Amino acid sequence: MYGALWRVLPFPAWLKVIVFVVLAAAVLTACVLWVFPVINDLTAPIDATVEGG
Amino acid sequence: MTVELSRVERRRAERRRPRVTVVGVLGELLITGGVLVMAFLGWQLWLNNVISSSEQKTEATQASEQWSMSDKGEAVTPAPVERADPGAPQVDIAPGNAEHFANVIIPRFGADYTIPIREGVGVKDVLAYGVGHYPDTQMPGDVGNVALAAHRTGWGEPFRKIVDLQVGDNIYVETEAGWYQYVYRSLEYVMPTGVGVLNPVPQVADAVPTDRILTLTSCNPITTAAERIIAYAVYETWYPRAGGPPAEIAAVAQVAAAG
Repeated sequence: MYGALWRVLPFPAWLKVIVFVVLAAAVLTACVLWVFPVINDLTAPIDATVEGG
Repeated sequence: MTVELSRVERRRAERRRPRVTVVGVLGELLITGGVLVMAFLGWQLWLNNVISSSEQKTEATQASEQWSMSDKGEAVTPAPVERADPGAPQVDIAPGNAEHFANVIIPRFGADYTIPIREGVGVKDVLAYGVGHYPDTQMPGDVGNVALAAHRTGWGEPFRKIVDLQVGDNIYVETEAGWYQYVYRSLEYVMPTGVGVLNPVPQVADAVPTDRILTLTSCNPITTAAERIIAYAVYETWYPRAGGPPAEIAAVAQVAAAG
């Protein structure tokens, strides 16, 4: 998948590296901004309170 | 020789194989997923805490400014060590759910440690933004038990360092009225159902309180929720807002004034 992407990109190797780094950074940023907060809300938080039950 | 030949053959066979295979893509996707899960954990346990706790400090500081009305950059004068008896502490009426009505200031947790306290212990509306005040427990300064809860892992983890407290450490609760000084006394470990710690006299049912207690609750062991860790502090005195903050936390108040 990544290998195929590497071969398909019509740039010199150094530019491909930059493209890959930018792509990875974009995915991580998107995760931090939108995906991770949603997952955080969906997962059960570690309860810090005492309650009857 | 035969080994060499078979090696060459294997290489040829590899070259004939399609470059993009289902298993190959699946493997790469799984590796990517694994990296993202690690990234999530890093975010949840570190980055998000840095951000959340900084936001909480800013919010607490802004509230302090508002209560002081000293948002013009005026220096806040700390209360003198020798001062007149402030008398019985002012006790406010409990605010509405999720209302930010106080800050908790614990110098042991950091020189700039001030975190908002909201009414209630809702996971989404209160504890995600700092410290919660158990409804139906007493208000700061009152005779009985002021019970607070906060996360020890994640969501800014305000009580992360709860085991660092040492006997005699001061815990301040700041409200619009002023600063209530409590002195840390002891830790206790209870099961998650141990609601006795919230009693006006902790762990004693139906007793008539005479002391002013502050109770902090969080999860235990750290990063899990099998038990609860409880920290008790006892009321010492209070500092009406007009008289200035206690010298020990003047730095926090100064930041508020300069902010």
